[in-house]
Amino acid sequence: MNPQLIRDLIALLGPKAVLSSPEDLMLYEYDGSVELGSPKCVVFPSSAREVSEIVRLANRYEVPLLGRGAGTGLSGGAIARDGGMVVAFSRMNRILEIDAANMRAVVQPGVVNLDLSRAVDHLGLYFAPDPSSQKACTIGGNVSENSGGPHTLAYGVTTNHVTGLELVLPDGEIVRTGGKNLETSGYDLNGLFVGSEGTLALVTEITVRLTRKAEAVKTLLAVYDTIDDTTESVFEITVRAITPAACEMLDGFTLRAVEDYVHAGFPKDCAAVLLIEVEGLSEAVEAQAAAITEVCKLHRAREVRVARDDRERALLWKGRKEAFGALGRISPMYYVQDGVIPRTRLPETLRRIAEIAAKYELQIGNIFHAGDGNLHPLILFDERDRAQFDRVVAAGGEIMRHCVDVGGALTGEHGIGMEKNELMSLIFSPEDLALMARVRAAFNPEGRLNPGKVLPLGKGCGEIRIPHIPASAATPA
Amino acid sequence: MTETTANTNQIAATAPASGFSGADIPAYEDYAHCVHCGLCLNQCPTYKLWGLEADSPRGRIRQIILVDQGRLPLGDSFVQHIDQCLDCRACESACPSGVQYGKLVESARAQIEQNYRRPLFSRLARDFVFRRLLPYPHRIAILARVLYLYQRSGLQSLARASGILGLLGLADRERLLPPIDRKFFFSSLGRTYPAIGQRRARVALFAGCVAQVSFSKLHEATIRVLTANGCEVVVPAGQTCCGALAAHAGARDAARGVARTNLDVFLKDDFDAIITNAAGCGSTLKEYGHLFPAGTAEHSKASAFQKKMRDATEFLADLGMTAPLAELPLRVTYQDSCHLLHGQKIREAPRKLLRAIPGVELVEMNMADYCCGSAGSYNVTETETSLALLAEKMKHARATGAPVIVTANPGCLLQMRAGAQIHSTGQEVVHVVELLDRVLAKSH
Ligand SMILES: Cc1cc2nc3c(=O)[nH]c(=O)nc-3n(C[C@H](O)[C@H](O)[C@H](O)COP(=O)(O)OP(=O)(O)OC[C@H]3O[C@@H](n4cnc5c(N)ncnc54)[C@H](O)[C@@H]3O)c2cc1C
Ligand code: SF4
Ligand code: SF4
Repeated sequence: MNPQLIRDLIALLGPKAVLSSPEDLMLYEYDGSVELGSPKCVVFPSSAREVSEIVRLANRYEVPLLGRGAGTGLSGGAIARDGGMVVAFSRMNRILEIDAANMRAVVQPGVVNLDLSRAVDHLGLYFAPDPSSQKACTIGGNVSENSGGPHTLAYGVTTNHVTGLELVLPDGEIVRTGGKNLETSGYDLNGLFVGSEGTLALVTEITVRLTRKAEAVKTLLAVYDTIDDTTESVFEITVRAITPAACEMLDGFTLRAVEDYVHAGFPKDCAAVLLIEVEGLSEAVEAQAAAITEVCKLHRAREVRVARDDRERALLWKGRKEAFGALGRISPMYYVQDGVIPRTRLPETLRRIAEIAAKYELQIGNIFHAGDGNLHPLILFDERDRAQFDRVVAAGGEIMRHCVDVGGALTGEHGIGMEKNELMSLIFSPEDLALMARVRAAFNPEGRLNPGKVLPLGKGCGEIRIPHIPASAATPA
Repeated sequence: MTETTANTNQIAATAPASGFSGADIPAYEDYAHCVHCGLCLNQCPTYKLWGLEADSPRGRIRQIILVDQGRLPLGDSFVQHIDQCLDCRACESACPSGVQYGKLVESARAQIEQNYRRPLFSRLARDFVFRRLLPYPHRIAILARVLYLYQRSGLQSLARASGILGLLGLADRERLLPPIDRKFFFSSLGRTYPAIGQRRARVALFAGCVAQVSFSKLHEATIRVLTANGCEVVVPAGQTCCGALAAHAGARDAARGVARTNLDVFLKDDFDAIITNAAGCGSTLKEYGHLFPAGTAEHSKASAFQKKMRDATEFLADLGMTAPLAELPLRVTYQDSCHLLHGQKIREAPRKLLRAIPGVELVEMNMADYCCGSAGSYNVTETETSLALLAEKMKHARATGAPVIVTANPGCLLQMRAGAQIHSTGQEVVHVVELLDRVLAKSH
């Protein structure tokens, strides 16, 4: 990196807010995914004005740049694919305003999702998007990835909870979209930026909608001896127009790892469980819980258990939310898939995944937001085994292709990033992709902001890119 | 001959040599469980303070991996970030993958100790404290006498008033020095305290090192509470420092030395439990097994010992309090001691005991599960960071409006007392057991 740029950055931000030594940069080559790529420098702004100056410097020196929240992303979004500069938002982490009367909060992008909910808890409010990574991921990252979570089923994804943004455009201009009110006229600019995976602008402030906690909540755990019974229950719940707030499925394989960690009393010998939550007014909750229990029993659920208290409820959710990590206990690494399928195709999809696992001799755990058909098959592997890793990538490709074949989508919530951009042409026509490219060019004409993400680069179109072999692969024996 | 050299070179070119060597190498099996998900980041006090990946659990584990891969030198940068870790193990509680971070960082420190040259003064000081002072009770006693004279002769007030400490850059550190007792606990070693009423258990008390000269009152309170609840308390003679400070600092040889002594002393007799009132010691004592290779005789001794180790709060909560307690109308807040909560996974026991005191109202403190900055000897080695964390902690402590802060470890007590003083919160800081002792004392 140009030493003069580093000097200019230090003059702007101070020496403690600029990293450029190889020792430091190595720690920004990864995120939560299996991708790798080292930046040439990392900067820590503390205000929108500083971000704007940083962007102007990047333009002057013609250096690519990208934002980073907590680096929990699962598609390599925060990885500096072409070197360049990482703008880390970890120090812009203040909650600027809590407006309880209007149920809004104004936050800096580095505020951690769960910290916001904790800060408004005493007001009976919370921030509804609840990705499983919520105790660590930032709201800036949520906005960029349009993240969802188990309660997406009832409350929607991040975009449904953002009413205003402050952004720094790739030319350094600071702009605002929306505000505290929901805007209905003109273009929906918030909607355009939310989910743009950091390729259109850097987000420097977010106005979010807060949600009132429900009067009553009930969490049910339904236990099954076959996967088919499980998926059919989900199907029937939908058909009967019962609307739980969350409906999550974990297969037996995953559950055993989870139970060893959380000790929530998950049965270790079952084929799968459904974790279903209903909330609302007390009476309605009772009625819904009864209806769901009936459906589950009808589909041969071995047991339907209702969490007795908040502690048990929290424990069940901890099991679900930390399930990825729990699989990390039995395997050195995993490769998380993120596909969406129509709910009606769940049973056959799970059978297909089992076939793929057998074909490539791999272990695959299935965790997913069953209610909205968002699958997260986790393929386990040991980075030291190169041949196995190739099979992992091939299996991942086959699963994604199956999702597309049954009329689904490439990502439910983890984004396209640099992991799936070459697969975009599987679902989008060249015309669609050209239109997206035009949108990007309107804001980011030089492609300087987060290059190599989302849109295909055209290399090996339609083929899944073989990710770098992960860092720890080179471990001495 | 030439052929072999060529061969070695080739291997070196494809896989650079690990930066670790000698004893206590961080194990692949331990760090491979880290899936770099980042779920631990926001739980880490140093990451929260600086927002740097290098000072986060995930970043520190990555640095350990990189050194093992030979990609990062075991040099200044590595040492700095590993030194800055509090070893509070909050990341362990947060980690769904079960990464045993404490074990990793302690081995990394053992590697630093063996393979990195610290500045002369720091080397001498560490050697003196871990190898020549803490393992020897009579040396602690001599040093403590000197300190006592300093603290009580008026010299301390003089030094504080004169501003000389400030000039020497010692003002903050001096404030964190433990106050020395007039009467040391050493005289109680070898004694047995009979149970009051029917005997329900026979236990040994672990007395520690520095605690014997600055926390004798806490020890006495512990004995009173235990005996009042039907325990016969033995304070075995010959016991010594637990080795926690040494193990945290990477001086694992020194830790092993004291561990051997303690294993011999405490396994000589058959106790129902071995009790400590210091969470920091307890967490190391419960992990003596980490110090010795599996399969060795010492390892099995350590396992037998570990099974009996109990924190005083854990033991009392399990046993159930039978002694009558007087009413104490008091609002208190509880600060989790990291090595109790994250090291030993004990959250409820101290809270349960506090709630058992009639009249006591327990108000939870925001972020009670974050380190106060004491962290063993961290407040002495990384004073600035420690004080920054303390400032945060006192903000939350003050916000509870409780006049009394309760905690479960002598190190935390000292730190929080200094905090209450520095930030003038006017709060009293006591150990759970001391509070229990107060309500006992009243009922007598
Ligand atoms: C264990 C685990 C579970 C997960 N569960 C879920 C889940 O249930 N649902 C879900 O949706 N996701 C989930 N994720 C994925 C991830 O946590 C989310 O995508 C999250 O929103 C990323 O936030 P972050 O702060 O870590 O962002 P990062 O990973 O740092 O960045 C993500 C993207 O956002 C961009 N970005 C970040 N901040 C800014 C900014 N201020 N301005 C512009 N661009 C920015 C980056 O450039 C990058 O493209 C999970 C991840 C893990 C590891
Ligand atoms: S230590 Fe655990 S929580 Fe932290 S990054 Fe590694 S696996 Fe995730
Ligand atoms: S032990 Fe504490 S300070 Fe060290 S990495 Fe873990 S959470 Fe951070």
